[in-house]
Amino acid sequence: MRRVILAVTATIAGLVALLSFKSHAPTLAAATGTTGGSSTSSSSSSSSSSVPGEFPTGSAAPKLTAGQSTLTGHVANTVYGPVQIQLVVQDSKIVKVAILEQPTNTIHDIQIGEFAFPRLISETLTAQNAKIDAVSGASYTSAGYIASLQSALDHGI
Amino acid sequence: MGTVVSFDVPAWAGQEPAGEPVLGQVVAWLHWVDATFSPYRDDSDVSRFGRGSLALADCAPELAEVLSACAAIGDRSGGYFTTRPGGRFDPSGYVKGWAIERAAALLTAAGSAEHSVNGGGDIQCVGDHGPGQPWRVGIAHPLRPGTLALVVAGRDFAVATSGIAERGAHIVDPHTGRPASGLASITMVGAGLAVTDAYATAAFAMGPAARDWVENLDGYEAFAITLDGASWQTAGFRGYLA
Repeated sequence: MRRVILAVTATIAGLVALLSFKSHAPTLAAATGTTGGSSTSSSSSSSSSSVPGEFPTGSAAPKLTAGQSTLTGHVANTVYGPVQIQLVVQDSKIVKVAILEQPTNTIHDIQIGEFAFPRLISETLTAQNAKIDAVSGASYTSAGYIASLQSALDHGI
Repeated sequence: MGTVVSFDVPAWAGQEPAGEPVLGQVVAWLHWVDATFSPYRDDSDVSRFGRGSLALADCAPELAEVLSACAAIGDRSGGYFTTRPGGRFDPSGYVKGWAIERAAALLTAAGSAEHSVNGGGDIQCVGDHGPGQPWRVGIAHPLRPGTLALVVAGRDFAVATSGIAERGAHIVDPHTGRPASGLASITMVGAGLAVTDAYATAAFAMGPAARDWVENLDGYEAFAITLDGASWQTAGFRGYLA
């Protein structure tokens, strides 16, 4: 559960960087600092709010049904405005992701929000709905091994 | 060998049965393997044997067992699997999967009928994940970080992936400027992780030719993603699709 929350946080943090980069490239450094803050504050919130019906801020907070609880991330202050997400959890699974706050200062911010947030939410839920027990992927050790093997083959050993 | 190993024992649900500290024994086994087989430790049996300063007869007897298995895999893979990948003696390509498979066997011997052991993305699954539920293993997409290419499911099986994922393509063909193998990743499934993992390593080095090679291997199937994002799988792989 905690791992899933961190993944979502990282995704949103990634989006924060995207927002910053797309519309106001010169202040990227400031956005990077904000990204780190967002990650820390959101992950620490995983134990801070699980009371059904409690909506700290914002108008997009979803209605809850029995057995659901919420996890609310802290507000991540980006140079373009605050970003805050809230997860609705049922039986240790994310059933909904709500964007409580997002930058809407410019038409560009709004366009990015309309395009990117739904996509990020969809990806988050898709990964979780795969209900996997483990992930198989190339590891550091095997990659190093293969690099060595290939160089050996290239040299005719 | 710088790999994180995780254990999933659903029936124990975070609580080991009373009695022998089983997980402690398994962890001790993995540390012993590292101390004995790591090519990065000057005083390991593998390093000393490789330097010629320790005779095989004076090494841990497991080294002879590993050498014998590596030789057989080298033969079956047409030399694409080797204990000298960089010119220097290094059987890690077999040892990692072997150590994880044996760690899973230690849990079985301790009374666990259902568990999985995941060593850096190479996984040995024992039994089911739960009553009537197979283990479900997501295959990381090598070209789209953070997403899954597909999900395989099974019981009593091993899954191993070799490829460019996690570190990017660093095996470049100087003539084309493209990674040499033509594959972004290849995933193999089989019964035991020791051989399955070593086969995945050999198959990745083989590149596109791996498809015919795996088709002719009994008890092993493969799923590969090529550098241009296309994919192929051997005929029996569909039996593992979730």
